[in-house]
Amino acid sequence: MTDPTAPLAPNTVSELPAEAVLKTTPLTETHVALGARMVPFAGYAMPVQYAEGVMKEHLWTRESAGLFDVSHMGQARIRGVAPLAAFEEVVPGDFIGLKPGKQKYSLLLNRQGGIIDDLMAGRPIAVDGSGDDGLFVVVNGACKDNDFKVIDDELSPQVQIERLEDRALIAIQGPKAVDALKIHVPEVVTMAFMDIRLMEGFGTELIVSRSGYTGEDGFEISVPAHAATTVWNKLLADERVKPIGLGARDSLRLEAGLPLYGHDLDETVSPVEAGLTFAINKNRREQRDFPGAARIAKELADGPARVRVGLKVLEGAPAREGAEVADESGKVVGVVTSGGYSPSLRYGIALAFVPPALAEAGTPLKVIVRGKAQACEVVKTPFVPQRYVRKI
Amino acid sequence: MRFTKDHEWVSLDGDVATIGITEHAAGQLGDVVFVEVPQIGKAVKAGEAFAVVESVKAASDVYAPVTGEVVEANDALSGAPETVNQSAEGEGWFAKVRVANPSELDALMDKAAYDAFVASL
Repeated sequence: MTDPTAPLAPNTVSELPAEAVLKTTPLTETHVALGARMVPFAGYAMPVQYAEGVMKEHLWTRESAGLFDVSHMGQARIRGVAPLAAFEEVVPGDFIGLKPGKQKYSLLLNRQGGIIDDLMAGRPIAVDGSGDDGLFVVVNGACKDNDFKVIDDELSPQVQIERLEDRALIAIQGPKAVDALKIHVPEVVTMAFMDIRLMEGFGTELIVSRSGYTGEDGFEISVPAHAATTVWNKLLADERVKPIGLGARDSLRLEAGLPLYGHDLDETVSPVEAGLTFAINKNRREQRDFPGAARIAKELADGPARVRVGLKVLEGAPAREGAEVADESGKVVGVVTSGGYSPSLRYGIALAFVPPALAEAGTPLKVIVRGKAQACEVVKTPFVPQRYVRKI
Repeated sequence: MRFTKDHEWVSLDGDVATIGITEHAAGQLGDVVFVEVPQIGKAVKAGEAFAVVESVKAASDVYAPVTGEVVEANDALSGAPETVNQSAEGEGWFAKVRVANPSELDALMDKAAYDAFVASL
């Protein structure tokens, strides 16, 4: 059979030749000691799963709390004269209006309106309101070198981007994440979804946001590299918390309907096609003062040629990335951009691009898996309800 | 029982070979969520893909260890793919193949050789 230890389907952006030297995170040795299966991902050796495997790790995160090393992601600070206004020149979101202590999802776009990457940018402040100083940005690991160059090139000269290569990023996700984290950082209970704070905990300074990539309540914790194993081990000592690999991270974000860069999003996909119009500020849609605005304005007015939808596979094998989507007559109308078996729902789910006329929930379609046309239907995403804590 | 480097097992009874994936392979895959077994009558060739096994993470081809014709398929796996994890080298068999040339099995590993091969990975 195909090598059962083979890594995840390689990220189109991150695939590396086998001989390339993989980078490590401050937690690499910790993962190996925990029995993780390590694979190349975004140029790093990363844990795809631990001893319990993807299914159990996935379900544990949904019912208790999962701990993730996402230190391969790119972290940076943007500071200087009017950094929010400067960043707003680079992205289509409203950052001048971003309140201290909040973070926001946004996009880097090319001049054709395609997506260079998606990102989070926030204004971290201390619990007493102090410390407001520009933006803290997190981008995808596989794209980070190019992203930071694009941002740097676009920023005005009075504003600087500083990469934070000496920090790890640890996510704790799941309904019991807040209870496990508050033992070490009590003030996290005062945070709502998308709040971001400068905090003290685990004997060090932290940048904590209440956000994540699983659809669950949870936190992402930026920590100095030297303190990463301390934070990891103290959280893992809690019996409610287990380590979770990238395999379950992928199935969790898929159930939550969250797109993955390099698969569901790329430089040809516009935010309108991808269902990410919420990331484009309303005033700026009219002002058209961001990269790629012409295409986006046209698609908002006339409708895009294709849109991202969720598919529920009704029979046969899970449909995975690259599977063609056909209409009921058998004509190919689209393609699956990511898909797999949903451990929570116990059937195949997928994200796909299809023509807008076939995007209504309930539309019957086919997915072609290994030459067989299998019945599926368009469903609303998220596939599994998101459980963010929006109000405190 | 004989084994391949691709982690299939084959057990011969007369000229009918029962084929599955090894316990080692099932363990490495993790929870099996879908199995596609071949149709009865299908001609299979040693070394070629003849079935598919899927975990949450990925789909993997299963290669035929011998050449012949499928005479029986384990259709119970479609409703209970977890059988592959519970009994990879027993009830989790994939298909039975009438082999053209039983001496093909001589080229495959015995249990001791396969265990040594797995230990070397």
